[in-house]
Amino acid sequence: MQLYGENIFFICLVAALIPAFILGYFEKPLKPYGMAATVFFVVAAMKDKPQALVYLLGFVLLEYLLARIYLKAMSLEKKPGITYPAVLVLTILPLTLNKILLAVNGTAGILALIGISYMTFKAAQIIIEIHDGLIKELRADEYFYLMLFFPALLSGPIDRSRRFQEDIRRRIPREEYLEMASAGIYKILLGMVYKIAIAAIINLVMDTFGSDHTLSSIAIYYYTYGFYLFFDFAGYSLMAVGTGYLLGVRVPDNFNKPFVSKDIQEFWNRWHITLSHWLRDYVFSRVTMNLMRKRLVKDKLVMASIGLMTNMFLMGCWHGLTSYYIIYGLYHGVLLVLFEIIRKKSKFYKKHKKEKWFTAVSWLVTMHLVLFGFYIFSGRFTEDIAYLL
Amino acid sequence: MREKLLDIIEELCGDDIVKEDPDIDLLEEGLIDSLDYIELLLKIEDAFGLKMSPSELTREEMATPNRIIEVVEKRLA
Repeated sequence: MQLYGENIFFICLVAALIPAFILGYFEKPLKPYGMAATVFFVVAAMKDKPQALVYLLGFVLLEYLLARIYLKAMSLEKKPGITYPAVLVLTILPLTLNKILLAVNGTAGILALIGISYMTFKAAQIIIEIHDGLIKELRADEYFYLMLFFPALLSGPIDRSRRFQEDIRRRIPREEYLEMASAGIYKILLGMVYKIAIAAIINLVMDTFGSDHTLSSIAIYYYTYGFYLFFDFAGYSLMAVGTGYLLGVRVPDNFNKPFVSKDIQEFWNRWHITLSHWLRDYVFSRVTMNLMRKRLVKDKLVMASIGLMTNMFLMGCWHGLTSYYIIYGLYHGVLLVLFEIIRKKSKFYKKHKKEKWFTAVSWLVTMHLVLFGFYIFSGRFTEDIAYLL
Repeated sequence: MREKLLDIIEELCGDDIVKEDPDIDLLEEGLIDSLDYIELLLKIEDAFGLKMSPSELTREEMATPNRIIEVVEKRLA
């Protein structure tokens, strides 16, 4: 069974969410039920590949043991040593190898694990927060539940462990649960419309009119692909968030009307939010904090630029070690740096930014830059260039 | 302490409105960006010896001068 991909999944999902709703309605703890449902869906999703299921569990166990060992080391260690970077590198090693194998061999072998990209974020967040002293205890059952939480297993949203833990441990009052459940059902239905209806229609238009190398065909692709990607991914995310709500977990939203963004920075606060905020909190913040502490760089603009480029380069690599993903990351890094310069230095920007005509132009420019980014992301940009040459 | 912290926030935002209206949403008003936030944490560390991690609290939990003061007061108590 393919998660969010087949009718049988949706039938099972409805069947699984009815008992959850009854439990929630009677204010019973949802954690044990959510765990059982997760076991069911993970096993069902991988029943044709029992070996992959073993690898998946092995991967989560390995990540868990690393966190446990690090927690132990933190309680012993007085001075900061190499344990932290070593554990962090080991935590992201499976994903790194997965990306390298995919780029070199076209297949990741035993590391071709469902949701590995997303699970690695959660695992790394835990290590970083153990280092910061924010996490002082770990429970195996809750760790596995967070990592494999079936609504968000496939492609996020990327939740945070302390937030998740708070949700699964608390008893939700009936009134609040009913509110969550109705919001959840609405999100699931809206997500289905997005993904199954709208994205599919746009995809059809794209395939029919946008697959040639002529200018008009490229233009059609350029103006449709970003919207296809949005309705497909936002649709999936809505379903994941909604399902989470019914299981008593307020999975964070992943999209917030990205196409109304008036600048590129706003776009990244509206598009794939859990990814960009993860990078902001665990990469950008750490890089800039270190630069500031060690006084390596004085100029704030330079500091921000280094942080933004690191962020977006990693984001590109995370999508895959393929030329167009890396170009996509660097492209957005450059856009963010340029916007940062304009925002800080341009008198013209400061003077006019609140005026109607300016926001209109700014929106139009942002939209085209964003769509161009997706055109790169799709792989068509490099393909079309190669064709033209 | 309140005064000292307000001074820090004012210096970061470059706007004395944070003192006039300590419930102003620094994020929404564009008074503080991601880099300013890091600088704020480091300045709190320097001034009060209070080490805070960038991901400890959500930006919403640290959105207004009053909320920041409340968090720091609580942590120092």
